[in-house]
Order: sequence, then structure tokens, then C-alpha cells
Amino acid sequence: MNELKIPRINESIYHDRLENGLDVFLYPKDELEKTFAIFSTKYGSIDQKFIPLNEQEMVTVPDGIAHFLEHKMFEKEDGDVFQHFSERGASANAFTSFTQTAYLFSSTSDVKENVETLLDFVQDPYFTEESVEKEKGIIEQEIRMYDDKADWRLFFGTLGAMFEKHPVHIDIAGTVESINKITHEDLYTCYETFYHPSNMQLFIIGNFDLNEIETLVRDNQNNKSFEDQKEIERDYGNEPVQVHKQQEVIKMPISTPKCMVAIKEKPEALQQDVLLENDLVRDIVLDLYFSKSGRYFEELYQEGLTIDTLRLEFVLEESFGFTAVGANTMEPEKFSKRVKEMFLQIKDEQIDEKEFDRAKKKKYGELIREFNDIEGTANNFMQYNQMGLDFRNIFETLENLTLDRFKDNLSKWVSEEQIAICMVVPEGE
Amino acid sequence: MQTLIDHKVGYDDYELHLINTKKFKTNTIALKFSRPIEREDITKRALIPFVLQKGSAKYPTERDLRLELDELYGAKFSITSAKKGENHIITFTLDLANEKFIEGEDELLHKGISFLHEIANNPKLDGDKFDPNIVEKEKDTLENKIKSIIDEKMQYANMRLIDEMCKDEKFGIRSHGYLEDFDDIDAQSLYDSYQKMITEDQLDIYIVGDLEEEHAKSILESKFQINRNPNVSIRRVEPNEPSEEKDITEAQKIQQGKLHLGYRTGITYQDEQYPALQVFNGIFGGFPHSKLFLNVREKHSLAYYAASRFESHKGLLFVFSGIAPEKYNQAKDIIMEQHEAIKKGEVSDDELEQTKKTIIHSLKETIDRPRGIINWYYQQVIGGKEMTNQEMVEAIQSVTKEQVIAVSKLVQLDTVYFLTAEDGGADNE
Repeated sequence: MNELKIPRINESIYHDRLENGLDVFLYPKDELEKTFAIFSTKYGSIDQKFIPLNEQEMVTVPDGIAHFLEHKMFEKEDGDVFQHFSERGASANAFTSFTQTAYLFSSTSDVKENVETLLDFVQDPYFTEESVEKEKGIIEQEIRMYDDKADWRLFFGTLGAMFEKHPVHIDIAGTVESINKITHEDLYTCYETFYHPSNMQLFIIGNFDLNEIETLVRDNQNNKSFEDQKEIERDYGNEPVQVHKQQEVIKMPISTPKCMVAIKEKPEALQQDVLLENDLVRDIVLDLYFSKSGRYFEELYQEGLTIDTLRLEFVLEESFGFTAVGANTMEPEKFSKRVKEMFLQIKDEQIDEKEFDRAKKKKYGELIREFNDIEGTANNFMQYNQMGLDFRNIFETLENLTLDRFKDNLSKWVSEEQIAICMVVPEGE
Repeated sequence: MQTLIDHKVGYDDYELHLINTKKFKTNTIALKFSRPIEREDITKRALIPFVLQKGSAKYPTERDLRLELDELYGAKFSITSAKKGENHIITFTLDLANEKFIEGEDELLHKGISFLHEIANNPKLDGDKFDPNIVEKEKDTLENKIKSIIDEKMQYANMRLIDEMCKDEKFGIRSHGYLEDFDDIDAQSLYDSYQKMITEDQLDIYIVGDLEEEHAKSILESKFQINRNPNVSIRRVEPNEPSEEKDITEAQKIQQGKLHLGYRTGITYQDEQYPALQVFNGIFGGFPHSKLFLNVREKHSLAYYAASRFESHKGLLFVFSGIAPEKYNQAKDIIMEQHEAIKKGEVSDDELEQTKKTIIHSLKETIDRPRGIINWYYQQVIGGKEMTNQEMVEAIQSVTKEQVIAVSKLVQLDTVYFLTAEDGGADNE
């Protein structure tokens, strides 16, 4: 395996790409009790239009299918896979995001057995008509639970205002209607296309023996056969630069209104060579202006436009990106107007070296701190690796970020047509 | 498993806990102020954390305060308040990057402790009271928080269950306070309450990280000096007997009903039966392999979640489930059947072993996080019983099936709370 050193914190990760295409990362940390492993595929809720394995034509599958498939992976002919983990005291879980589906466990004993179970259950699908039908009731409850959550509705309302064609605007779990159309044949189509090792990665971090686990993973994969697969063709639609709708209003039985204002990224900001820097710049901008030490936060708070902390989000992926500022606010109209003005004026703000250095210092300390969190560390490495990037470069990118570069970056960021607003307001108003 | 050591140093007016471990890239410092919870000062105590975070003598605005944290390499700081048994705890927590990983920086721990001292001991004053502008503004903030609990259905249902179940007990006091008290709170009365906290509460200080203990201790002794005269200690109470079963139903405009049940266990942290209670809870509803999850969710597809949690200092246990409103009777019956099954001894050896392993796993996982370590040790301060992580593991391992059955018979249903849909569950969208 190749040793990837992380000099700033005196630690190393070991990496290899196996013959079947699987990317394996092992990050031993002996001083911990726990081991965390995550096995993920570059397949998320946005991948609903694609050319299936060994076929020629694009197909469109029902919304929410990646998440549905994730649920069904745990069920096997002989019962529930959760059991195998919990018999050993480990806890297993899974999640589906816009761009990935991940299966994970954390354990404090029997690491080898757990890794073996993780690899085997994800690589051995078992879907039947009956089990697919049964799952619909559970997922329906999950969807309804999210339907009652105003913050969730605000977030997807904002995405819906920003994106017209790109499937990121569709709820990850789909709708009660869409999931009811899912069949077990659909699940197999998606599985066979997206769960090929060359579209997947494995990351293990924590207390384990490097050589032992390396051998185990290699042997496990060598014992399985996969036909070669070429790059998967996916279609995310032809998304315009401007937002779909400038404003979206959702009515719900809530007491405090909520508002979110978001900037949709231009496609050129998502190119591989600038993505890491743009990620840092968005992060630093939100900090400098909208965190509790930020000047815009102070203004919004003094003007009575936000009740507490702002909700800050930024996501930069290969096919879509956005930065958003949200709040619980008694005056969603005013809040949205002010934040929109702020977004447009950021590029003209004066910022001195001292302020900028402090922001970099803060980011540096946060990066160090984040390495405490082994799940977060694994996710960071995997998320960037999936986009062909090495997360370790974040330190260097940060150190090389000068004030001039930062200002130059911001000057190209926002125009009015990229801004969308979403409000969740009490019913009857 | 490595044995952690809580190295205690007793001073006249507080206890210092030094926990030295190489697990983390950070040093975490926590101040815990505790006093028995009382109805007359709860709202003021709930408000204090908000006001203190808005500024101090040296950092007169929230932004100044947050900018100082940025200077400390993005240190993470919070003040929170919570109820533990019948005590109210105000906690100041600061996470600092360990200066070892920052070139040219060797005073970060120093600066961090000075910061905490400043915020705790030198609030922003107007003469001999708090700044009235801040107090009024933060009353609004807290008011909004209290009012928005109703928007978070799970939290709301928990709160209402405890309201009903512990009406005549101190435990029933809401830790975030009451709107009806707001008129009587001003900058003077709040400052008096703060004075009582800072000088009279029991104080425990924790430092967790890769430390040189003597060095850390001497910094604390030189930088952290407050004139204190503590006169309260932890309140420990005898658990209450269950009352006649109460059933409460409330209706709101929601999609998913929340069925929450409150039980009395009669067992608290100090009791010999406490480890058996932990195992009972694990078999009943603590984990994804537990009876509640398997039966309510998996077997009958009734709920997206169904789980139980126990409270350690007052002898309570709660069951939470999110169900379709029309499934109330069926879900309640199935929940009660799971309890009956344990009473009848329907606990397999596998279930028992698996549950013990899972509890031990979650303990180990807890002590892989700095805040986890602090809360785990502080539980012992509140509970009045000391043990090492090793001893805790042994106690869990030695629990027998008979002990679990004995505990299950002590656990008695007290209150059933159901939050349901106004229209009885028809799809209202």
C-alpha cells in the first residue's frame, strides 16, 4: 500500500486501488478504542437517469430509489444484516446523500469479522417482490416524519427554487407516490450499475492491525468476480446558470417563520482544479460574514432579523453547488432582502490582512480539531476522493490562499440571477 | 481497553478533574456549575447562558468575543444548561486545538483558560447589574426558543410527557424555563441569580487532552481565580412510586403521531441493580436489535422509530415512537407486549450477550470523545458513585438474565402520552 503522510498532524493513511477498481484507505489510530469503517458508492439521489450496465439506452428510475435500495441492502434471505453486527456489539448504519450511498459500522471489538460482514452484505444483494412491498410502509413513515420538519422543508424548498432540471431538487427519499412505483427489478438495475467496485471506496479508521486488515480486504475481493465496467453515463439534465424561481413560499403549521437565501454556483466554480479552493473560500466567507464573529451576523442580529445563530450551508459537488444562509426569523421578507443585498455586496467589502489572517487561523485550528472526529475524517477523505481530490491538500490550499486570491475569487462568484429565496411561514398568513 | 484516570485535585471551592489521554488533537476544558433545581429561579438560570455569551468586560460585544475565539485558532465555545436528575447544571465548554500541532504557538491552553475565566467571571455590566439591553434581547431569544419547541414534535412530546408524569416533582420543572416568569426578570434580578451561581454553586472543572498535568494545574491555579463560597451540593432523591396509569392525548396538525410512554424504574445510578437496568433497557428498546425496534418497526412496519431511554438519577424510563395516528392501539399493545415478554423471561442468551456487548461498545465509543469522557465522569459526580471504565465493563458483563427479569418487574408504566393528528390521520396534503 502507499503511505499518504499528513505532516501537520504526524499521522499517515495507507491507500491502494485493488484490481477490481476498489479504492481502499486504511488509517490506523492505535490510541482509540473504536474502529469506524465506511463502504460507499458514488451513487446518490441525483443518479436517477443513466445507462444501465450492458445496455445502450438511458433509463429514468423512480425518485427516491437510491435511498430505498440502501434500506433493502440490509435484508437477506436469512434475515437482517444488522443482527450480525449487533451480535458483536457493533453498530451498523447507512445513509444516502445527493451523491453517495454509504454503509458503515463502528465497533470496539471483532474488527475483522465486522469488515468481512460489511464487504459481503453490500456485495450480495437480495431483493424480492414481497420484501420491497413491505419496506414501502416504513419509508412512507420516514417521508412523513420529514414532511413535518420545517427545517427540512425549508432546505428542499430552497433547492427547488434554485434548480430546475438538476435532480438535486428532488427529496432524497422521494415521495410516497414515487416510492410506491419501485419494483425489485428496478433495484437490481440500479444495484448492478452502481455497486461495481470501480465505483466504490472503502475507508477504515481507528484501532486495528494494518497488515491484518489489508490482507483480509484483498483476499475478500480476490474471491469475488466482477466483470469489467466502463465509466457509467449519467444525465443530470441541462441546468441553466440562473435560478429556477427567485422565491418559494411554503405554508406549514409552525409558530416561527423560517427563511433561507442561497447562491447557486456557476459550473466553472465546480471544476476539479478549483474546487478545493472554492470550498475553502465559501467556508471562510460564511465565517467572516455570517458566523457569530461575522459582521453581517451582527447587523442582522441588531436589526432583529434573526433569532439566534444562522444556519450556514455550502455544498460543492461536480454537478451542482450552492451556498446558503438561513434563519428562524419573525420577518422573513426583510431578512431575505437584507441577506440578498449582503450576498451582492460581499465582493466590494473592504477586508484587511489582519482580518483575513485571523479567518485563516480559525480555519486551520478547525481542521486540526476535525481530526478528533474519526467519522468526519473518513467522510472528508471519501467525499473528496470521489471527486478525484486528495483531502490532505486542504492544508496547503489554505496556506497558499492569499488575500488577493481570495478577493479575486469572490469577484467572480455572485450575480443577482444566481440568488434564490425560500420561506416557510405559518399557515393562514 | 485502556483505563482512563480522572485525576482529582480538591480545592476549597471547586474540584479539578485532569484526564490525560493521547486520543485527541485538542484540549477540552469544561466548567460545570450545579445546584438543586427550583421552580423560582429556573427561568433565570436558563437565561444566564444566553446573556454571558453576548459579551464580557474585555469583549463587550458578541462579535468581539467570537473574534477572540477565532484568534484562539477557531476554538469552539458554548455555554449550555441542562437538568440532571433534580439538579440544574450550567456548563461552559471550550475545545482548543492542541498547540503541539501549531507551529510557533505554545500558549494556547493559557489563553483558553484566561478566556473562560473572563467570560465566567467578568460579564458585561451596567453599574452593578447586567447590561439591560442584552438582557431584554436575550429574553426575546429564549422566548422564541421556548415557543418553537412546539415545532419540533419529538421534543415537544417528550416535554409534555414529563410535564404530565412528574407534575408534582422537581424533575417536572422545565429546564428551559417558563414564559410566565419573564415579566419579573430584569438586569438586576438576573445578575443576582448569576452571582449566586458563580459564588455558591458546586463547581467541577475538567481538562481533557494530551496534557502535562502539573503544567495544566499550575495554569489553572494562576489564571482561574474566583471568590467563591459554595453552599449547595448535588440533590439526590428517592425514586417515586408509580401512580395510577394516566393516558393523555393531544391533537395538532401533523402527519405522524408521537406515542411516548413514561415508566418508573425505582433504580438510580448508585443502586446495585443499575447495570441490570442498563441491560434491561438494551433488550427492551435501547438499540436497533432490541425488542421494540424489531417488533414495532420491523415486524409490523408501524413506525419509523421506536426506542427506549432510561434516566439515571430519578429512576425513569421512556419509550418513544413515531406512528401513523390510526395505529395507536396496535402500537401501544405491541410496546406493552415487549415489556411483558421480558417479565416472562422471554430473553434469549443471544439477546442478553448481544445487548451487553452493545452497551460496552457504546461506553467505549463515549470515551473516544472529549465531551463523552467529561459527561461520563460527571455522571458519577451527580450519581454519587465512582468507578473506572474497566469496572463499568465488568459490572455489565456480570449481569444475569434473572437480574434483568427482576428489573423488568420493577419497571412500571406511569403515563402514556399521545400526540395525534387533528383529522385523525387522513392525508391532509
